[in-house]
Amino acid sequence: MSAVSPAAGRGFGLGPKERAVLLDPVLVNNPIGVQVLGICSALAITTRVDKALVMSAGVILVTMLANLAVSLVRNHTPTAIRIIVQLAIIASLVIVFDQVLKATLYELSLELSVFVGLIITNCIVMGRAEGFAMNNPPVLSVLDGLGNGLGYAVVLLLVAVVRELLGAGKLLGFTVLPLAKDGGWYVPNGLMLLAPSALFLIGLLIWALRQWKPELQEKD
Amino acid sequence: MEHFVNLALKSMFMENMALAFFLGMCSFLACSKKVETAIGLGVAVVFVQVLTVPLNNLILRHLLHEGALKWISPALADVNLSFLSFILFIATIAAATQVVEMAVDRFAPTLYNTLGVFLPLIAVNCVILGGSLFMQEREYSFAESVVFGVGSGLGFAIALIALAAIREKLAYANIPAGLRGLGITFITAGLMSMAFMVFSGIQL
Repeated sequence: MSAVSPAAGRGFGLGPKERAVLLDPVLVNNPIGVQVLGICSALAITTRVDKALVMSAGVILVTMLANLAVSLVRNHTPTAIRIIVQLAIIASLVIVFDQVLKATLYELSLELSVFVGLIITNCIVMGRAEGFAMNNPPVLSVLDGLGNGLGYAVVLLLVAVVRELLGAGKLLGFTVLPLAKDGGWYVPNGLMLLAPSALFLIGLLIWALRQWKPELQEKD
Repeated sequence: MEHFVNLALKSMFMENMALAFFLGMCSFLACSKKVETAIGLGVAVVFVQVLTVPLNNLILRHLLHEGALKWISPALADVNLSFLSFILFIATIAAATQVVEMAVDRFAPTLYNTLGVFLPLIAVNCVILGGSLFMQEREYSFAESVVFGVGSGLGFAIALIALAAIREKLAYANIPAGLRGLGITFITAGLMSMAFMVFSGIQL
């Protein structure tokens, strides 16, 4: 398979290459904004910040560990069955995360319902395992998983903050904008709590991103 | 009978997989450039969904639920394997897609050419896994799971084909450069999702 990069031998000190692998997906090559991966859950669970936090933690952990495991067995995996191997690794990790969530934050796990299980088919996890971890050494793969997980988390939290703040006047359950019906001044925008607003927000986010970086614009 | 008609309508319109739960967004956005490809993917999704949701329902009832293994030996009566559902569901889905692909290739080559690349892609589509997970969460019976499979698959196909038709028309519109392509597709899908919310007012 691929040659081990010289940087991998230096252990955990972050060289320029590692830093690029870690930070690139957070800022420049964001998985949601630029690569358009893993939007299903980004849209569905961003009505509240706490849900987004838990989901982000799950995706970061699963992407990191799945990249590590896939990268460790990459030289022993026959190409023909690699998808099944990756799916088995990812599904096992998600089961562990789901069980831990059910044991510690039971109410939140009920609200996230099927979306924790759907981390399995989240394109970010699968895409990084297939696209990066299959060809790169373990340390780099873990950093790549962490970077992409963080990139996902940044967008998720951004959308969740806007939706919870404008939709309910709260952040993490604490009142920030006092609502008019409770004697304050803020009249909440109910649309923010409904499904379509997530699509609008991500659409506007992509617009802003592409206005800022014209090389990402689509030509046709 | 009425119960099943209600369930089918509910899963098709009110709880539309794509527009209310945002499942299968990746293929929803990627395969909606042309109506023709959208129809291909839509048919493939309905096909696999109808097969996997009832199949996973049987697995859940006869292997995973608490006490479900009693038919093997009474000693297994208090074994509860439901935490294994994720991995078994995804294995069933991957295997079913493979079998469907081979069967369609052998018996309906024209259909195979139309569906082409979409069949293997479906194995990692969230609509399919989502359908099975909703079936588990809502504890559907076998008959209900068949109806839910048909309804949710058709709902996704309707949304996909409608979006593709809109996007074909959008090609003639003058859209700001940064919004072209993906951005406007998100906004369009948002408007469609708002339109589909009308159905939620219907009492069944």
